[in-house]
Amino acid sequence: MLRYTLNRILLMIPTLLGVAVLVFLVLRVIPGDIVEVKLSAEGNIFTEEQIRAERERLGLADPLPTQFFRYMGGLLRGDLGISLWTERPVLEEIGGRIGLTVELAILSTLLAVIIAFPLGTLAALFRGSWLDYVIRVITIGGLAVPSFWLGMLIILALLLTVGTLPPLGTTSIFADPAVNLSQMIWPALSVGYRYSAVVARMLRSSILEVLAEDYVRTARAKGLAEKVVIVKHGMRNALLPTVTVIGLEFAFLLGGLVVTEQVFNINGIGKMFVEAVVLNDLTMLQGLVLVVATAFVVVNLLVDLLYAALDPRIRYQA
Amino acid sequence: MSVEAPVVTQIPAIDEPSEDRALPGIRPHRRSFLDFVRQQPLGTIGFVIVVVMFVAAIFADYVAPYAPEEVDFMASPALGGGQPSAEHLLGADAFGRDILSRLIFGARTALSVGFISAFLGCSLGAVIGTISAFAGGKVDIIIQRFIDIMLSFPIIVLAIIVIAVMPKHVVLGIDINLIVAISIPFIPKVARVIRSAALTIVTLPYIDAARAAGYTSNRIVFRHILPNVVAPYLIMLTAYIGQAILLEASLSFLGLGVVEPTPSWGLMLSGVNADYYLIAPWTIIFPGLAISLAVFAFNMSGDSLRDWLDPKLKL
Repeated sequence: MLRYTLNRILLMIPTLLGVAVLVFLVLRVIPGDIVEVKLSAEGNIFTEEQIRAERERLGLADPLPTQFFRYMGGLLRGDLGISLWTERPVLEEIGGRIGLTVELAILSTLLAVIIAFPLGTLAALFRGSWLDYVIRVITIGGLAVPSFWLGMLIILALLLTVGTLPPLGTTSIFADPAVNLSQMIWPALSVGYRYSAVVARMLRSSILEVLAEDYVRTARAKGLAEKVVIVKHGMRNALLPTVTVIGLEFAFLLGGLVVTEQVFNINGIGKMFVEAVVLNDLTMLQGLVLVVATAFVVVNLLVDLLYAALDPRIRYQA
Repeated sequence: MSVEAPVVTQIPAIDEPSEDRALPGIRPHRRSFLDFVRQQPLGTIGFVIVVVMFVAAIFADYVAPYAPEEVDFMASPALGGGQPSAEHLLGADAFGRDILSRLIFGARTALSVGFISAFLGCSLGAVIGTISAFAGGKVDIIIQRFIDIMLSFPIIVLAIIVIAVMPKHVVLGIDINLIVAISIPFIPKVARVIRSAALTIVTLPYIDAARAAGYTSNRIVFRHILPNVVAPYLIMLTAYIGQAILLEASLSFLGLGVVEPTPSWGLMLSGVNADYYLIAPWTIIFPGLAISLAVFAFNMSGDSLRDWLDPKLKL
């Protein structure tokens, strides 16, 4: 297992390195120039000379290779440069806002799993019944409904029933968990719905597949209680593909957060990402993309490791 | 359905059974349109919705009660009006524009962007996947590494990066950079699946035969391998049209996609258009329903196509 783990971690390095290089190269071709936007935003009239000076000051005038080595060198030291807009370190800016997004990601994953497990299991056990159909409609809906629309509907529903809108992200989870959760549960639900639908569908079909296996028939034939058959022989094996889907869907979750933070006006890194695009803030975009890609790669690594821990065949193959 | 013969030749499970002459009187099993309807009720509903949407989009000028940009100020929710009524069946938006008409014209945007970008992304992905499988060795490894890198970005993040990088370019009222932005994230996903489908074909004897006959690699890839991965290609294409529509709506919602006054479902949910949604819920309910219905329809069509063409295929 240790060998497998090390192997997988080593494989991560070229991928992340590739991401870093690609992001740098791609972002250099961005049209438009933050310097002009910035100077005019301050309401000043500016000259060519000022633009040149500002570009020089921000290091944008250096030849590409110089910029590249400065960027890569910074990366190795854990330095993502300074934001071209606020001129504060990118890492600090992201660090200040990433907490909300991480909380939202964890909360919606938990919510998705909590919703998906009973739905998927029930649909598999009562296959073909009305219950299965109701659950199928719910899960198919989850794949089609845009999370930002669901968010708006939730806000609307809250307004019509409770009469107030939840103030969002204003209370830290460490200060007052109850208040924080009552605020964050709604955006988490609007992102988590899709997530839970995918997981529930996967769980249903893998349980059905496993229950058709020979060893399940054997377990039944030797007179084990149905509960034991389903939990010990069925669920356990059906969990494998489900775990993979949870990892794969994590990327969708991150994407969903970009939009949902906008709807609920949450100051996380999803909102930050859209702001950086609008402002042409190169270094900020670079940093955000790296953080998101790393998060995705790490989560998938964890999923692979979990998979290997659950299924010994995988580590022997590798 | 029209998707039949060329697709299925190498997959025995879905081959049309040859007429069995040893058993006269027993009619060979043929899979007809009615069989499809019976076996795939959800898929049929999906296809019907797709057809209705296409018809509405094409004949939008005749179907829609108003022009999409026509403004009726008195019907704006800002002035307390705009409720769904005989005049405006689905109500009016913040500018007093008829929502039903904007939805119908919005179908044009959704379908054209959705279809073109899914087609582009899936086709490029299929070609790259096939080349990767056929070439093998170093080429395969390099392409696969590259795909790994692309897959480590969430779809929407990748699309937003492309939008940030590409200058805006509109041809015939269609946003070229939006289409490219939506199609690029599909390429690695499709390439992965098509590569694994093509890998099994590459080992078949007739590919060796083609090589032995001295055919060029180009010819083998395009004439002998690609036609045999059409089944997974078609299935993914259908499903990704739904995804593309969702992506277009999300990007437009963020203000990075289609721009006013072009009617777009995502745009109808954002900015000024949605400012009054708390007092005028109809301004967001119907556009959201339109997006969901469209995505649902394409997802269902893709699913049923998969079950119909190749029950064993898992995507």
